[in-house]
Amino acid sequence: MTRVTKFAARDPGPAARVSGFLAHLRLNGLRLGVAETETAIRALSEVAAHNPSEARAALKAVCAGCADEAKGFDALFDAYWMNGGRVTSRIAPTSEAKPAHTRITNTQDGLEATGSGSRHSPDGNDDGDASNDGEGKLIASRVNNLMKKDLRDLVSASDIAEAERVAERLGRAIRDRRSRRRKAMRKGDEIDFRRLVRRSLATGGEPIDLPRKARPDRPVKFTALADVSGSMTAYARPYLAFLAGLMRADSAADAYIFHTRLVRITEALRDPDAMRALNRLTLLSDGFGGGSKIGANLSHFARSYAPGFVDGRTVVFILSDGYDSDSADEIGVALQTLKRRGCRIVWLNPLKGWKDYEPVAKGMAAALPHLDGFYAANTLVSMAALEQELERL
Amino acid sequence: MTDWKTVSNDLAAQGYVATPDLAMALHLAVSLGRPLLLEGAAGVGKTEVAKALAAARGTNLIRLQCYEGLDANHAIYEWNYQRQLLSIRAAAEDGVTGQAVEERLFSEDFLLKRPLLEAIGQDTPPVLLIDEIDRADEEFEAYLLEVLSDFQITIPELGTISAKSRPIVILTANGTRDLSDALRRRCMYAYVEYPDRGTEIAILAARCPQVEAHLAGQIVGFVQSLRKEDLDKKPGVAEMLDFAAALSGLGINDLTDDPAILQASLATLLKTHRDRANFTTEVAQRLAGMAA
Repeated sequence: MTRVTKFAARDPGPAARVSGFLAHLRLNGLRLGVAETETAIRALSEVAAHNPSEARAALKAVCAGCADEAKGFDALFDAYWMNGGRVTSRIAPTSEAKPAHTRITNTQDGLEATGSGSRHSPDGNDDGDASNDGEGKLIASRVNNLMKKDLRDLVSASDIAEAERVAERLGRAIRDRRSRRRKAMRKGDEIDFRRLVRRSLATGGEPIDLPRKARPDRPVKFTALADVSGSMTAYARPYLAFLAGLMRADSAADAYIFHTRLVRITEALRDPDAMRALNRLTLLSDGFGGGSKIGANLSHFARSYAPGFVDGRTVVFILSDGYDSDSADEIGVALQTLKRRGCRIVWLNPLKGWKDYEPVAKGMAAALPHLDGFYAANTLVSMAALEQELERL
Repeated sequence: MTDWKTVSNDLAAQGYVATPDLAMALHLAVSLGRPLLLEGAAGVGKTEVAKALAAARGTNLIRLQCYEGLDANHAIYEWNYQRQLLSIRAAAEDGVTGQAVEERLFSEDFLLKRPLLEAIGQDTPPVLLIDEIDRADEEFEAYLLEVLSDFQITIPELGTISAKSRPIVILTANGTRDLSDALRRRCMYAYVEYPDRGTEIAILAARCPQVEAHLAGQIVGFVQSLRKEDLDKKPGVAEMLDFAAALSGLGINDLTDDPAILQASLATLLKTHRDRANFTTEVAQRLAGMAA
């Protein structure tokens, strides 16, 4: 049984603790405003707040906003309220608990702030000597981080900004698909004459309201699956930046990474703070740089996520080199299943840029018949060059 | 209703077995007057919550089914043009004209109330179920936000109509598209999962009391292991109840008794051709054997 956190005696009371908790949730990426604090306090007054399980369920109903958040909520609740009976420092709002919409590291100042790293390296101490000794500490920490495959070392904020532009341009190249037929629409560019006549019957032949019609937008949705297995490590940098950029450029996009298993990273990448998004990604991508099971992951995707997120207006990007440690047939079957949903599938392969490259890897060969596009992409620049190719898709 | 356990018990009396998380979210939605957003896979009983809640509170259930292209005319109100026209004719024959006719034409008699307007015009707070909100367009979602925050609707010809009582609003979504943060923020939230074994047996006992305990355990075990299989469409709770009803209607006492009947009654659980084709008698027997 975990024991309840002891709060310092001088802290200002339950309301401050709850607002401290919401600040804690915000730091962990839940999108909560000021009004939620009030709602949370009102909710707690409606239940037996001294009972941990009731308080937990009540706060969950108020604070969680989607399935992922609801799943992760218990751990966050425990971390704040049940930290084993240790005394916390004062929880009155401090400068650390900034609301999410200030976008701390997005600004140029913020970038420098991450350099000093108090926010992202919790073990960084404030000891003046160590940070003055810049050279030595920097090298040591970089080695350490690479061993843990910290994505923040692979991708910088400027990469993401660049990728965001690329993703936006690619998006525009594909997305602008307007239907030829016109549909009734309030702010249409033409008057819908048939409907006008039909409606005028109700008013005795007098055309009173003028229904309009327009060509509806049929926006294309993007779904990206990036391979982050060992063989892809060299290309992880542009690809992860591309994913992060895609998510920030397009609010309907959906992203996944896979190595030996598939992880949905859409929610993590939606974090308004780009670097923190990568930080969360690092935690999710446990197993990063290991082997890859492309077939198994793709068929898992086709069965679990695709029914909800992939439809006829979706373009699925697969970013992988096609080196699979499993049997290659599974890739073909999985892509066929996926294809049945009516989506278009584009495979971006870093190796295709090589001279004399032939898609002979078994996985790649099995995939080829199901692809709508198969392009080289190993840097952000080469991805930007895809714009014209994708336009023809 | 003061306590979430009361909510839970009231729902149980209507044959709905709610998890503590869900009961708590409902309790808070009712006592704080907030809408409740329910998410979860198809067939876990999201819509059923609203029905059970309405029945438990003895109020009306008003349902607004969302779909792509749903607009204000279908969700809020519309003038009854045909009746207005007839009324104009009648007035002209009687020789009445002017202000009086006009006022009568745009009175509540000629207003066709759609679910949202109907919900705020009730004397006792009804349960307003807005089903599959993720199917509606984003514009409608934005409009809904406005209605849900102040519960009043403006009709240009009549003025603003305020709610006589605040309805209990339940929204359901199953992930056709991501909902806006603004909507999520205003709502209480609960994610409804497929029930665990104990809960599902309780649901079956509440809904189909004629199924005896031994068979009920088998049915639930069978359906639960079926959900773990590679299927296009996983069977929900409603399908499980159909399956149980079918079996008890056929007079079956044990799942493993008759492979042919089991295979035939799978029609209540497997709803696509591929699932039916893949699910051979051997597979069914293996699962039934495990469930027994």
